[in-house]
Amino acid sequence: MTTTTTAPTSTTVLDATGVTMRFGGLTAVRDVDLKVNTGEIVGLIGPNGAGKTTFFNCLTGLYVPTEGKVAYKGTVLPPKPHLVTQAGIARTFQNIRLFANMTVLENVLVGRHTRTKEGLWSALLRLPGFKRAEEASRARAMELLEFTGLAAKADHLARNLPYGEQRKLEIARALASEPGLLLLDEPTAGMNPQETRAAEELIFAIRDKGIAVLVIEHDIRFIMNLCDRVAVLVQGEKIVEGPAEVVQADERVIAAYLGEPFEGAPGKEEAAEVEAAEAEADAQSTTEGDEK
Amino acid sequence: MTTDIPMDKSTDTAKVSTAEATPIIPLPQAAARGITVAGSALALIGTFLAWTWTREFPGNLTVTGYPGGLQVLTLVGSALTLLFALSGYGIKGLGWLTPGGKNSPVLLAALGVFGTTGYAIGAISQELGGLVNLEPGAWVSGIGALVALIGALGLPVDQPYGAGEPTPNLWGRIRHSLTAPDPGRAKELPSWAEILIIAGGFGVGLYVFAYGIGTEYSELFIGFLIVAAFGFTAITRAGLLKRLSALTAKHRNVTLGAAFAAAICFPFTQTNDQFALIGANILIFATVALGLNVVVGLAGLLDLGYVAFLGVGAYAAALVSGSPASTIGVEFPFWAAVLTGAAASLIFGVVIGAPTLRLRGDYLAIVTLGFGEIFRITMNNLNGNSGPDVTNGSNGIPQIPDLEIFGFNLGVPHDVLGHELTRSANYYLLMLVFTAIVVMVFRRSAESRIGRAWVAIREDETAATAMGINGFRLKLLAFALGASLAGLAGTVQSHVSYSVTPEQYQFAGSVPPNSAFLLAAVILGGMGTISGPLIGAALLYLIPAKLQFMAEYQLLLFGIALMLLMRFRPEGLVADRRKQLEFHETGQLDVPEDKPLPEGATGVAKAGA
Repeated sequence: MTTTTTAPTSTTVLDATGVTMRFGGLTAVRDVDLKVNTGEIVGLIGPNGAGKTTFFNCLTGLYVPTEGKVAYKGTVLPPKPHLVTQAGIARTFQNIRLFANMTVLENVLVGRHTRTKEGLWSALLRLPGFKRAEEASRARAMELLEFTGLAAKADHLARNLPYGEQRKLEIARALASEPGLLLLDEPTAGMNPQETRAAEELIFAIRDKGIAVLVIEHDIRFIMNLCDRVAVLVQGEKIVEGPAEVVQADERVIAAYLGEPFEGAPGKEEAAEVEAAEAEADAQSTTEGDEK
Repeated sequence: MTTDIPMDKSTDTAKVSTAEATPIIPLPQAAARGITVAGSALALIGTFLAWTWTREFPGNLTVTGYPGGLQVLTLVGSALTLLFALSGYGIKGLGWLTPGGKNSPVLLAALGVFGTTGYAIGAISQELGGLVNLEPGAWVSGIGALVALIGALGLPVDQPYGAGEPTPNLWGRIRHSLTAPDPGRAKELPSWAEILIIAGGFGVGLYVFAYGIGTEYSELFIGFLIVAAFGFTAITRAGLLKRLSALTAKHRNVTLGAAFAAAICFPFTQTNDQFALIGANILIFATVALGLNVVVGLAGLLDLGYVAFLGVGAYAAALVSGSPASTIGVEFPFWAAVLTGAAASLIFGVVIGAPTLRLRGDYLAIVTLGFGEIFRITMNNLNGNSGPDVTNGSNGIPQIPDLEIFGFNLGVPHDVLGHELTRSANYYLLMLVFTAIVVMVFRRSAESRIGRAWVAIREDETAATAMGINGFRLKLLAFALGASLAGLAGTVQSHVSYSVTPEQYQFAGSVPPNSAFLLAAVILGGMGTISGPLIGAALLYLIPAKLQFMAEYQLLLFGIALMLLMRFRPEGLVADRRKQLEFHETGQLDVPEDKPLPEGATGVAKAGA
């Protein structure tokens, strides 16, 4: 956790500058800058409706940002999802979007789409490269299924996997496109603590492969364990960014999550006094009740 | 969320004791089986006697000792019933007949016999005016069929009710008695034997199909439909179909070869040019349906104007065919005409697809419907009056000459292997080559990176693009491929039907290759499969062609049939494994059991290494 935001040795993978997204009169994301460096796990947190997923969609080309630009390893990304994936950014979805009626293996093979070249003619005429490419794809996909622990279920339909494994499959599918940056949208939503811990280890393992990770999450403990750096979005604006402990202690963050204290709000001492008084009153009222 | 529940259920029902397996008619099991055997034997004997006194009823049912017409159907049905019933006795050598259900096939076969015999008796009395026209043979078979049915209803059901499940009402019990458990895993046979079985299966299939096409009067066809439907279901319930499909899945190339060989044999079973023409038209229809299956079944693009691509191919081929009515007046050799037709359809497909494929779902369907009609109206208007003279308007392009390939004139009969192949049979064989090409294109494209991308787009287009798939480009590719496959079929169609007119290429009409029927063939047969659209197209062409007396009600009956199908078998006649799982929560089929994984953080341990 000693690494600071700008480690001089690492290079920038993702560089989003001034990203703004407006839907009509509503500004969902306002002028957000974010950098992700190689070998880093960056967290993106914020209350519901803060614009985290919208920001993700801007990064991956699903939305065309109203202003600002997104660069991957120095080149500005075109706002087309398939070109973004081809460039090297892969993502998962907040509400799982697997190809439900394809098998687990096929799902991962679809993820290989950008990294293989075999076209229709090659498939129809079964040109010499076809079989080789297909086998290589399969081998790579099986490797990824081993990595995520789904190899035993390669022939199952994706829709038949339990929830936690569907999340893992989404990650495996995203990894199949050989990304340099992986965007995870709430990867532990709906998971129990044990599954969450497994997910955490999986993400560390992905980081160790040299893939930078940007993760949206609500589970603060998860984020604090996982991330080298955390950015906080509130109402579409990035209010703070820094190492986990710093962000956790930041008053604006606490305010965003727990609510802004109003003018002349009671401080800690007053609160303690009030509590004590209430406890006393409580005790009295119960004894009074008994007397009656 | 998980599928454990249906899986458990299916295994549980198999394990429940047979104590509660009460039949619909309470009879002792031995008596019931005896009655069934006696009844079906009686029905079988009856077919050798005369059923009526006059030859006025088609099929000549007056001869004693030689079954004909509808009698043959009763004969086949009762023989099937008898075999299934005897197999239930555990007679050595018949056990292989019923690896799945033991008694439900008997009941189904008995129902088929009862249906067709009853229909025959009814038809004879109705057409000749009263039951007096029946000879004793009809009564013997009829009573035999009834007795066999009663006996079959007295047999215990194959799938006992689950413990604690309330016994359903009579209708529910009848429906239940028609179900059967799946067969267990088959014994390993040497592969030559398995291949022989596949070949035999296709031989029987070809014979049944050829018999259906060759039925000469509608009474016989209706009887055939009854026996075929019940017999087919009986064989399915007996588990024979499952066994066969397990074999075909194992030897896929052999299966394709056998199917192709059986299809080649078809014209050699027909002496009548009219029936061979039905065969050729079925192949055209089926090939186009399979092309549509690329678009609808794989890529999930609902195309309601697909017949226009057939039309483009047919018109292009007609224009370069050397027909005196062609406004171009050139004559291309056949291979060039085929390429022209396919290329014209391809271009038309891209021109239509490029603007429309940016739409999704319903919008795409409406736009393609519009373009399909635009094609027909344009062909009508390019008549020299309301537009340049290209297509002769509603007169179309008649007098398309017959093809000559390598000096082999397809227009005249040829003697091959001692059998005279008529004009239609020649075209049937030519069309078969195109069908084979389309089958190969479908199979190879489906099992490739491109095919997976199509299915991914069908499943979830947003997720597919996020996986790096260029959605628009791949949809356009599917559209263009589908269009050029239809164009291929169109080039042959123009020659088979001598002329092309705009009215052949409507959205809906009474003659099958139109957009509505094509889509129906795909959905009825089973989306995303190869055999589905072929079977669907064959049924949709054959039934109206054979039952011309109900032409007025054809669309009504067709609609009812589709509704019933969507209610009871939404995945179509031939279920894609995926579709079957999608519509029926039956758990995993043919999927190996999970290998137990080590406890704890699964996979991550490996990942760290």
